[in-house]
Parts: sequence; C-alpha cells; structure tokens
Amino acid sequence: MTIIFDGIASGMLLFLISVGLSVTLGLMNFINLAHGAFAMVGGYVCVILLDRLGVPFFAGVVIAALAAAAFGAVLERLLYRRLYGSSALDQVLFSIGLVFVAMAVAHWLFGPAQQPVRIPEWLQGQINLPGADIGIYRAFLVALGAAVALGLHGIIGVTRFGAELRASVDNPRVARGMGIDVDKVFVLTFAIGSGLAGLGGAVGANLLGLDPGFPLRYLVYFLIVVSVGGAGSITGSLVAALIIGICDVAGKYYLPDLGAFIIYTVMVVMLIVRPQGLFGTR
Amino acid sequence: MTDLSASLPAVDTGPLKRAARWRPAEFGFWLLPVAGWFLFPDDLALLTQIAITALFALSLDIVLGYAGMITLGHAAFFGLGAYAAGMMPAYLGIGDPLLGLLAAALVAGLGGFGTSFLVLRGTGLTRLMVTVGIGMMLYEAANKASGFTGGVDGLPGVDMAPVLGLFEFDLYGQTAYIYAVVVLFGMFLIARRIVMSPFGLSLKAIHQNDTRMPALGVSVNSRLRVAWTLGAVFAGVAGALLTQTTQFVALDVLGFSRSAEVLLILILGGAGRLYGALVGTIAFLLLHHVLAGLDPEYWQLWIGLILIGVVLFARDGILGGLARLGARLHLRRARP
Amino acid sequence: MTAPALETRGLARTFGSFVATNNVSLTIAPGARHALIGPNGAGKTTLINLLTGFLEPTRGQVFLMGEDVTALSQSRRVRKGLARTFQINRLFADLTVLETVTLAVGERAGIGRRFWRPVGAHGEVIDAAARIITDLHLGEVANSRVKDLAYGRQRLVEIALALAMQPKVLLLDEPAAGVPTSESRQLFETLAGLPADVTVLLIEHDMDLVFRFAERISVLVAGSILIEDTPAVLADHPLVREVYLGEGAVHG
Repeated sequence: MTIIFDGIASGMLLFLISVGLSVTLGLMNFINLAHGAFAMVGGYVCVILLDRLGVPFFAGVVIAALAAAAFGAVLERLLYRRLYGSSALDQVLFSIGLVFVAMAVAHWLFGPAQQPVRIPEWLQGQINLPGADIGIYRAFLVALGAAVALGLHGIIGVTRFGAELRASVDNPRVARGMGIDVDKVFVLTFAIGSGLAGLGGAVGANLLGLDPGFPLRYLVYFLIVVSVGGAGSITGSLVAALIIGICDVAGKYYLPDLGAFIIYTVMVVMLIVRPQGLFGTR
Repeated sequence: MTDLSASLPAVDTGPLKRAARWRPAEFGFWLLPVAGWFLFPDDLALLTQIAITALFALSLDIVLGYAGMITLGHAAFFGLGAYAAGMMPAYLGIGDPLLGLLAAALVAGLGGFGTSFLVLRGTGLTRLMVTVGIGMMLYEAANKASGFTGGVDGLPGVDMAPVLGLFEFDLYGQTAYIYAVVVLFGMFLIARRIVMSPFGLSLKAIHQNDTRMPALGVSVNSRLRVAWTLGAVFAGVAGALLTQTTQFVALDVLGFSRSAEVLLILILGGAGRLYGALVGTIAFLLLHHVLAGLDPEYWQLWIGLILIGVVLFARDGILGGLARLGARLHLRRARP
Repeated sequence: MTAPALETRGLARTFGSFVATNNVSLTIAPGARHALIGPNGAGKTTLINLLTGFLEPTRGQVFLMGEDVTALSQSRRVRKGLARTFQINRLFADLTVLETVTLAVGERAGIGRRFWRPVGAHGEVIDAAARIITDLHLGEVANSRVKDLAYGRQRLVEIALALAMQPKVLLLDEPAAGVPTSESRQLFETLAGLPADVTVLLIEHDMDLVFRFAERISVLVAGSILIEDTPAVLADHPLVREVYLGEGAVHG
C-alpha cells in the first residue's frame, strides 16, 4: 500500500510538471522539449526564496510558479512564436538547444551541486495508518495535483478562454476574424503551462533533486506522460502520469535490477497498442 | 525521341539523366582525407573519429534527411554494431575486422528491421517517443547485462587481427585512419547510389508529402521500413569502426547524448544532402576541438546556441547556406 | 461482359450523427465522361475519398471494373487503375516537374524499389515522363521546382501525375479550382484530349467546364444523388436550378 501511495504521489508530481507540456503540445502543436527548463526555473526560484530570503513555504511556491510563468511568457514572445507552424524537427532542435542553454546558465549561476530544499516542519513526518505509512508531504502533493487537474479541466473545457484557445488553434485566421486576440491567447496558454511546470519544479525539488541536469534527466519522463496519455488531454496526462509513477516506484522496489527498463518498456508497449495515446483523439 | 511537334518546346531531360555524375567539387572533397594524412600526422586519432562520426551522420541522413523520419534513438544501432564488432573477437575469437563489419551490419540491420514495425506504428510525437524508448531500452538492457557487455568499464578482450591479414592496427593510428576512411568512402558510394536511385527519389517524395504517395500506388510504410533498416545498417558499420579502431567498446556507444549529437551534426551540415553529414561532422568536431579546448564548461552553452541559431537563421545548414550563396553569385554573374 | 468502370452500391458514410454520404449508387460506363456537381458541403469530397479508399465507408461497396475493391487500400486501388487529382495541390514542392512525373511513371512501371541504378539511367522512364509533360505544355518548366510554378501550372502537374499512372478510371477533384481564366482554356483542352478509353469522373464547380465536358451529370445534394441525366436535360431542369445554379455559382 505504501508503495502504491508513493507511486501515486510521484505520479501526481509528474502530472503537475507534464500537463503544461501536454497543453502546448496537444493544443498548440508545439513540441517543446525545453519544458523541464521551466520546472527548473521554478525550482531554483523557490530554493532562493525559501533558503536565502526566508520567505514562507507557500508564498515561495506561488512566487516560483509565477516567475516560471513570466519566464515562459517572455520566451514565447521573443522566440517560440517564430516557430509556430514550423516542422516538428525544427521545434525539436530549437527546444533541445534551449535545454542546453538553460543547463549551462543554471550551472554558471548555481554551480553543479544539488540544491537543498527545506520543507516546513508541519509538512514533514508520516501518518501511520493500518497497512500504509503515508508521508504528509506526499499527501500534500496528491491533493495539489488533484486540485490542479480539476481546475484545468474547468478552464479548458468550460470557460470562454478554453473555447477561445480551441478556436485559435483550430484556425487562427478565423479566430482573429471573430475578434479573438490569438496572440494573447497563445501567450497566456504558454504562461499557464510554464507556470504549472514551475509549480511542479518548486514542490518537487526535494523529491526529484534540483541541479543543472534536471531538464534533460526528466525530459523523457514528461514526454512519456504526454505521449502515453495522448497530447492535449488533461485526463490522459493524469492517468498516464499515475501509471508511470506507480510502475516506476513499484519497479524500483520489487525489481531493482531492471531499473528504468520497466518505464521504457511500459511506454513502448502502450504506444504500440494505442499510438494516439490513451485519451488522444488523433 | 525528339519527334515532337514543332510548336511544343521539347523537354530537356539532360539535367535529370546526368544528375548522378560526379562533380569536380566532389573529387576535391575526397582529397581532404588524403590532405589530412599529410598535414596532421599527429592528429590521426581525431581524424579517424571524424571519419567514423561522419559515417554515423550519413546513416542518420538516410533516415532523417531523405526519408524524413525524426529519431532520437539512432545510437541504438550504432551501439548494436559496436557491440557486435566487439563480441566477435571477445567471445567468438574472430578478430578479422572485415568479418566484424559484416557481423555488425547484420546485427544492426536485424535490429533496424525489427524496430521498424514499432516505429512505423505511430506518427509525430508518438513515433519520436518510440525511437527514444527503443534507444533507452537498449541502453538499460546493456547496462543491466554488464556481465555480458562489460557495462561502463568496457568489454574485455577486444583484440583485432590485422586488416586483410596484412595491416596491423598500429600505435600511431595509421592503419586505423586509412581503414576508417576507406570504409567510409565505400559506404558513401553505396549511399550515393541509393539516394540517386528511383528508390531514393521515392524517399524524397515521401519526405515532402507522404499523403500524396498512396495516390501514386506506393505503400509509404514499406518504403520507410527499408530506409529505416538501411540507416540501421550504416549506423551499425559506423559503430563497428569505432570498436575496431579503438579496440574498445563501452556503454556510452548507446547513450542518448550520442543520438542527440548526431542529429545536431547532420542539421549543422545540412540534412537531405549527401555531403551534409560529412561537412557537419568536420565542422562540429573542429568546433568541439577549439571551443571545448578554450573552456570545457561552456561547450554545452555553445551547442545550445548553435542549435537555436541554426533553426532560426540557417535552416538548411552549412551546405544549404553555401548553395544559396552560390545561386546568388551565379545570378549576379548571369546578369551583370 | 462489360462491367461498369466504376460503380458504387448503397455507399454511405457518417461522421458521428452527420450523414456525409447517404446511400449513393453510381454507375459509370467504361470510357464515360461523367461529372458530379453539387453545392458546397454536399459531400463531393467525402464521396471521392470513399471511392479512392482514403476513407472507409460506413455501409456499401465500391466496384472497379466489376471487382469489389471496398476492402482494398488506397495504394492497391491505384495499382488497379484508379487515379485521382486533388482539389488543392498536393505535390512534391522541392522536386522538379520532370522528377515528379518520372517518379510517378517509375512507380507505375514498378521500378520504384530499385535502389542501385540511378534515376538518370532509366532513360525509357524519363522519356515517357517527358512525353506527358510535353503533352500538357509544361516542357519549358520541366526542370523547375514545382513550388516555383504558377498555380495553374501546378494544377497541370497534378493532372500529369494522374496520367502517369495510366489510369483506367480518373477522378478529377475540381481541376479548375483557382485556375485563372487565362489558363483555363488550356486546362479544358487538356481534359478534352484525355485518352478516350480512360473513364473520367469530374467533380467541378465551373459549370462552363462541366457542361462542355460531361456526357452525363449527377447532382449531389446533402450526401444523396438527387438526379442524374445528360447536360441538355439538366441545364433546364428546375430542380437543378433551384438547388445548385440558383446559388448563383456560374451560369449554365
């Protein structure tokens, strides 16, 4: 039971970071391999605020998410927008380039070492239930992930903004004709995606470890979540992230010899069975 | 064939019929390895490295540049070839380099053919992720089976016999260099024939518009399957060359960074051009030599900036840029 | 036994609750010049996609020369003699006209998998392509890249590609769409000069072209064939005027 719960928690964390990628990839058709860099920005901002400036935990996390969102918005304006409609290869190359630059800059600013993240005491410790020991921090992650999933579902599915986003992606010219500010919609969407990644990076820094190699080390995991879940589907990302999280934790526990082999096997098998992803429509 | 009515301008079939002829610049290019031998006798190891990486990039050019399949797992086939070439002497006691190449080509080709079915199941991101997954699975498998592969420390007992029974691999890397260049040239000739054949033309067409090909009666996937397998064979031979010339093979032949790096090299040189892979390799390894020599810390930053710059400003690589420059000069000369 | 060149029986296709094609039964005789007209959204493109095998029908069958091809893939139907052009140019932008047509002729001749002799060594294939290009008056641009051609000429390359397949049945999906009037005369001549044994199904908005070209016309409305007859009858048919010409498309 403990293992399953730990798997769910790390799956939720994976979901938090990946869901933004799913949105840019599925709805805006942009393959952004630099997504992990925004999570890293969130992580570093959070560390600085908490550790060096003594900002309270929640404030630090929120500011970190906002900083990542702002960072995403700026990059979207300056660089990403030039590549909407470019070939997949261009987007892949460009965003890998960004990853390398981000890693080099992080290395230059913070050095190669792992950054320690302090968690407030009331989030530490465990609740011992019969049959399972539940880490309080992990419970917090699960709750946060669930809240974000519900919130996003509401925004994309129900609100006017969601409708505008879908219209803008479907046919930017027509959307403009209908009075939708397509540029603004894209920038906002991108910022939300980056902000969520930053949030995930901030709350996940102590589980995942924060160092300049972060964006590349977890890139494959994020992409697995998106491709297995089906790009653009929030439910799909959630389910895929949970599957990957549980398989990863359980695999490491029961079959330590196989290590990461399990994750890749799970991914390839699922993609062979359902090439469009679990909840993908294409 | 020119009994056409006078009013219709006849079609000049010359350019297409002569397209496969060797151009003077090509002869010039292949003088470079000879020049390298005389100009940099102390850097033969680096030059050998360039030849091997060029062959690897050429293999990706078939898959990505011509057939248009994006892959981030191409090192899988480089690694298969490298390990096959290493295990021939290590486990079977067969040290002959040419037999090793053959074995590597066979193993990598089988691997390529088998994985082609997985890769062609999906498109877009799914396909990209399957290539990543295949590369990672192989890496992890080789890592876990370190008793068999030697893992990070390398496979012991890779002792190569003389090439053709005559030429020992020497301490100065002279045999290794000549051997690598000759194999590269031979494989290049094969690749050149393939991309200029009707099959190569159909790959280019699939790359440009794969939805149109079924309307010409072509099953796209069966062509792509062949291209993928061919790319794997070429990559396997490149991997085998690395094992044989260094008499060493370790886990890094399968690494993700090798897949990413070769992608960068090809894009830098110009994908979809025969010489793009070769020029890209020379440019990349020389850059690496110079920049990483200055400050190894910032090599990563440079890679990143180069990638971004290439995508934003020089989409068709060095050779594409040169071609555009040439066309402009030509125009200027044509109408002064 | 003269089986129809192309026949559909009860062909239907739905997308969710939307009926794009509704119980269409068409019979087109060998060598016929048949046209299919109908207002925008009538389901013409869906019908073509069902005929070529790009889409699978929800119900019904497609016969080519009397053979049931409903289960065959697009490329298999092409090899059985069913070629098409596309409504919007879908060509190979970076190939030259000669390369494009040579590719098609080569695939038709079954040499597309040859990987050793260069394309240039297959002189007979290139010459066959050159003849098609000459026939379509594309000789002077034979060595230009397709993307550098004017739109009307790209339409002709579409037709050249289809002709290179030596089809028994040729589906022309709005060949005149987007072609300036200055070039449309040549297009008509090209269509009129198609080999007599090739069965042609023309889908077109340009009524001038349709009424000059076709021997029989079917009118498709809301996924169903409303009526089928000769141009002479249909030109004055009140129903046709109402549903189609009444839209103010082009005079009949």
